[in-house]
Amino acid sequence: MDEPSATQPPPPDADADAGADARAHAGAGVIATRGLTKRYRGGQLAVDGLDLTVPAGSVFGFLGPNGSGKTTTIRMLMGLIAPTSGTARVLGQPMPRASRAVLPQVGALIEGPALYGFLSGRDNLTRYDAADPTADPRTRRTRVAQALDRVGLSAAAGKKAKAYSLGMKQRLGLAAALLQPRRLLVLDEPTNGLDPQGMREIRTLVRELAFDGTTVFLSSHLLDEIEQVCTHAAVMAQGRLVTQGAVSDLAAGARGRLVVTTPDPGDAARVLKEQGVGDLVVAEDRVTGEPPERDLAEVNAALVTAGVRVRGFGVERASLEDAFVALTGEGFDVAG
Amino acid sequence: MSRVEAAVPAGAVDVPRRPGPLWTFGLLRSELVTTFRRWRTLALLGVLAAVPVLVGIAVRIETGDGSPDGRGGGGPAFISQITNNGLFLVFTALAATLPFFLPMAIGVVAGDAIAGEAGAGTLRYLLVAPAGRTRLLLTKYATTIAFCLVATLVVAASAMLVGALLFPLGDLTTISGTRITFAEGLGRAALIALVVAASLTGVAALGLFVSTLTGSGIAAMATTVGLLITVQILDQIPQLHAIQPYLFSHYWLSFADLLREPVYWDDLVRNLGLQGLYAAVFGTAAWARFTTKDIST
Repeated sequence: MDEPSATQPPPPDADADAGADARAHAGAGVIATRGLTKRYRGGQLAVDGLDLTVPAGSVFGFLGPNGSGKTTTIRMLMGLIAPTSGTARVLGQPMPRASRAVLPQVGALIEGPALYGFLSGRDNLTRYDAADPTADPRTRRTRVAQALDRVGLSAAAGKKAKAYSLGMKQRLGLAAALLQPRRLLVLDEPTNGLDPQGMREIRTLVRELAFDGTTVFLSSHLLDEIEQVCTHAAVMAQGRLVTQGAVSDLAAGARGRLVVTTPDPGDAARVLKEQGVGDLVVAEDRVTGEPPERDLAEVNAALVTAGVRVRGFGVERASLEDAFVALTGEGFDVAG
Repeated sequence: MSRVEAAVPAGAVDVPRRPGPLWTFGLLRSELVTTFRRWRTLALLGVLAAVPVLVGIAVRIETGDGSPDGRGGGGPAFISQITNNGLFLVFTALAATLPFFLPMAIGVVAGDAIAGEAGAGTLRYLLVAPAGRTRLLLTKYATTIAFCLVATLVVAASAMLVGALLFPLGDLTTISGTRITFAEGLGRAALIALVVAASLTGVAALGLFVSTLTGSGIAAMATTVGLLITVQILDQIPQLHAIQPYLFSHYWLSFADLLREPVYWDDLVRNLGLQGLYAAVFGTAAWARFTTKDIST
């Protein structure tokens, strides 16, 4: 847990080696956990044997219902909680042992922002920056101003943080994560409390950061948000990792659904059943079901031959939500 | 290949930045500024500054009818001397605030040090910055010690000011009966303020340890102040004389020995030694607790 003292700077070579070491491990993932487990004192298993790999340069979505162990995982990655067993490597170095070397290169927003209400937004950032051993005090003022500007808080920088709205607090928390150039950003529910315009801005910001080469690890309960910005994703349920991989692969894993729009839903359902379409659902003028193995053109021809008037016919692309439901067998219960 | 790359541009993102040699002082400065900008800290200092004003005015009113020296019989040490020399208000005020007011203020600041940050959630951001747990704890303790000193000086300065305004100043008589000049008396007052501040380092360490045990600043403050009151009561029970020399408050009033001629050092040294012991024991306990604690707030 303790770190080497600042009064004994490591020899220059050690730093170069550390850099090389980090790059060598980058192939193995910016975040790599093996059997990471956390059992709380009550005996409750919060995270169970997690093997997570976050590729360098990815925007990685971390999904799961509340209580599935996402936040405990993030806290273990950031060295705030000691794992019961297993290992976690961040930027190629073991956590929490290498906190001093790793964390200055990581910007984090964990479980919402936490601010000193009696300090202004600017002074809050100054305080957090002073806690970073690698932050240069000579450039502090400039970097704080840039971070405020980047999240659109320049105008409110002098206001006391307790007067901030939830969205402004969230932006200030993001600004704290952006005080330095980072190799990894860990953002826990970054759009929480923001209005749609603010959400769009944050998504744009995440894309910009990713474009600059920063790996972004993003937890969210908003599936469409993950689909919009993430290249990779992992799904957790009840402390276990259900799946992880590229978002396109995950969504492809779940089959799309055949959708027929018709003023004759009853007849359509009958014909579709004959054609081998399973799991039929009729809702007003829409009939949906699992597409059969055969050519869909024949299914359509059969409908028309049977005199069913067809307005629309097609396969709806599977969403990440469909994939999630298919994987966990449950809905994405945000409130739960 | 990597060694060459690592030596390349300073602005590149993946070159590990090195800590500046003085960053710990930057953290300490930030901590001091944050603590002393808190409204609560200022309120505590305000209350402490008001005590000498109240004592001074009370003594002035009591003796205003022409009776030569305010004979109350009881009251804090030196109170009967104030009318002769305003400098004695400094000693009286310190003797009056040391048993409860000062350590209570220290208990509030020390108890809040870690627990308050944990409760507000700011602790996790300081730790991922990363401030380093050992370094953050040392910074917190140093800040609490600084508050001990500032609080004591506020009492002393306020007393000096009130004493000078309401009463005559001049040479003073020590407890041993010898006369010392006013300048030397001022020197002794400054020394006494330092000793009083040092007397509070034990309770500061205790408060810091309590602060690492909980995530609620209020709970930590209340526990520390509760412990203080318990210890002060235990120190009054004659049957407990066997344990009393180990209570952190037992030798607090020994600062009066600095007003003897020559100075009687025994209890002063015992006091400072006891404070050192408390700081070592509870400082270590706080460190052991804080460096292994799961931060889940």
